[in-house]
Amino acid sequence: MAKSIDVSDLDIYYGDFKAVEGVNMSIRARAVTAFIGPSGCGKSTFLRALNRMHEVIPGARVEGKVIVSGQSLYDPTVDPVAVRRQIGMVFQRPNPFPTMSIYENVLAGMRLNSKKLSKSDADGIVEKSLRGANLWNEVKDRLGKPGMGLSGGQQQRLCIARAIAVSPEVLLMDEPCSALDPISTSAIEDLIHELKSEYTIVIVTHNMQQAARVSDETGFFNLKAAGQPGHLVEFNPTHKMFTNPDEPATEAYISGRFG
Amino acid sequence: MSTTTPIEPDFAVSAGLVQPRLPRWGSALVAVMALALAGLLTMVLGLSLVAGFVVAALLFVVGLPLWSRMVEGSRAAADRFATCLVWASFAAVVVPLVWLVWLVLKNGFGVLSVEFLTYSMRGIVGEGGGIYHALMGTLLVTLAATLISVPIGLFTAIYLVEYGRGGRLARTTTFLVDVMTGIPSIVAGLFALALFVMIFGPAIRIGFGGSVALSLLMIPTVVRSAEEMLRLVPSDLREASYALGVPKWRTIIKVVLPTAFGGIVTGIVLAISRVIGETAPLLVVAGATDSVNMNLFSGRMMTLPVYIYTQYSSPGVPAFGETGPPPGYARAWGAALVLIAIVMVLNLAARILQKTFAPKTERRR
Ligand SMILES: Nc1ncnc2c1ncn2[C@@H]1O[C@H](COP(=O)(O)OP(=O)(O)OP(=O)(O)O)[C@@H](O)[C@H]1O
Ligand SMILES: [Mg+2]
Repeated sequence: MAKSIDVSDLDIYYGDFKAVEGVNMSIRARAVTAFIGPSGCGKSTFLRALNRMHEVIPGARVEGKVIVSGQSLYDPTVDPVAVRRQIGMVFQRPNPFPTMSIYENVLAGMRLNSKKLSKSDADGIVEKSLRGANLWNEVKDRLGKPGMGLSGGQQQRLCIARAIAVSPEVLLMDEPCSALDPISTSAIEDLIHELKSEYTIVIVTHNMQQAARVSDETGFFNLKAAGQPGHLVEFNPTHKMFTNPDEPATEAYISGRFG
Repeated sequence: MSTTTPIEPDFAVSAGLVQPRLPRWGSALVAVMALALAGLLTMVLGLSLVAGFVVAALLFVVGLPLWSRMVEGSRAAADRFATCLVWASFAAVVVPLVWLVWLVLKNGFGVLSVEFLTYSMRGIVGEGGGIYHALMGTLLVTLAATLISVPIGLFTAIYLVEYGRGGRLARTTTFLVDVMTGIPSIVAGLFALALFVMIFGPAIRIGFGGSVALSLLMIPTVVRSAEEMLRLVPSDLREASYALGVPKWRTIIKVVLPTAFGGIVTGIVLAISRVIGETAPLLVVAGATDSVNMNLFSGRMMTLPVYIYTQYSSPGVPAFGETGPPPGYARAWGAALVLIAIVMVLNLAARILQKTFAPKTERRR
């Protein structure tokens, strides 16, 4: 059920601007993979290339191969909509649907696709997803209220609940905890541990401790210089990355001796 | 020295945090003085009342900032000046509006009656008669025009925002829509007439022709406003929907359109308000008649603006032995009042629709 992802020689462009260059890595199924690196080095861009969200931006394109469980993602015959149903995503900025209540936001994946659900199934999914995102206790009395009426961190957890409600096989999370307090952060980390047994999880984070805590493998992205494309410096098991990295640049970044 | 004041007074003054202000009653004083001076000028020079008020307003707009400049400094003076200008512009817009509504109410309210609203002008030469035929005509013609324009306009806007991506077809469409905005309404009427003459032969006058002419005027407004509203929908929301595996068309129908719903409805109502008072194109294609015609597709059809025009241009004569203005004048005012009321009701309905469907974002940002 969970899927592995193999990336080879991936170049990612915004129009003429090459944002990410020459990435090779293989992301294991049923494991957590973390991406770290300085701001603007292309972590979000790379993540979005993994579920074909990148091409939504006008002029954006991808060169190279992404293979998910043996199927090439950028094959002309592959339907991006089907890809995104299996590879879910939590964005860097919370984006709940303003026209929907909290309840409907969690069910958005089904409702927008006009999937029929019995009331009890729907209630079950909503509760399970909100509990998973550590939001249930805060919103259980106002599920009918607008999703936009939540605080920034609550909105982010609502988006996490929305993403896990459709039970994707791969979950991509772009800095899911950057707006969260330590309690919610640790709840999300618990959730990640839990989901790991069934799903493949990729997480972008600026928090080294978080990467060390939750991930099995870590990729370090970096920029050679401003205006240059970002690239993958090192990809290794997390404990190796944080104790004995292959590259001096990784060591410098992790220990904070870095411009 | 007070212990509750966080900043010591000496420090506050020396750091420039405290500045002299005009007294609270300052603007009222200037207003009274401006009125008094203007009243004096009006009497001495023999100006009219309206001119007197204009002079008073000018004196106020000049006087208050000058005083403020001497006491409070230039930034506060500029603020007061800008505030005066905003209020003056507000008055310049609202006064004519209130005046117009009052005039129409004064002249039109008297003729309103059940008979006026439920009788046509069939066989009437003097007093009596009503606007029923014109009212129905206006409602039918405008409804048909809306049914034509809204789908075309909305789909065009969706194409431009969601699919066009600034390509050549999208740019050409935008250009043509802009050109369409500038079409004089009489030209739209003549176009519709020519179109129906080509199909049905000469001397054709049908209500539906009027709808076509009006929709030519409505479509660009609908496209423009809907386009603006769709562009305001953050792309984050589209991405959130795509990331859940929702196809693009469903995203547009279920996320983008509902989010922009309020603005789109307002745009449509504005477009309707703009065309519902059009006279020339309807006179040309829909013609004028004194009897009720509920069939858009056959025969002449009266509409309220054309009714107002015909009542004013041929008002009939007062009943034998009576004096006073011709009866058509009062009927024209009454019809104008009903037309304004329809537009108001439409706007209210749009408000209610917006309230019920608008994004539930009532929240501090
Ligand atoms: N929509 C876009 N159009 C053009 N260029 C973009 C776009 N989005 C990102 N970029 C560029 O691509 C590069 C990588 O951006 P990306 O958002 O992937 O960085 P990031 O590693 O996620 O940074 P952060 O840690 O700040 O989120 C940057 O140089 C950025 O300016
Ligand atoms: Mg990012």
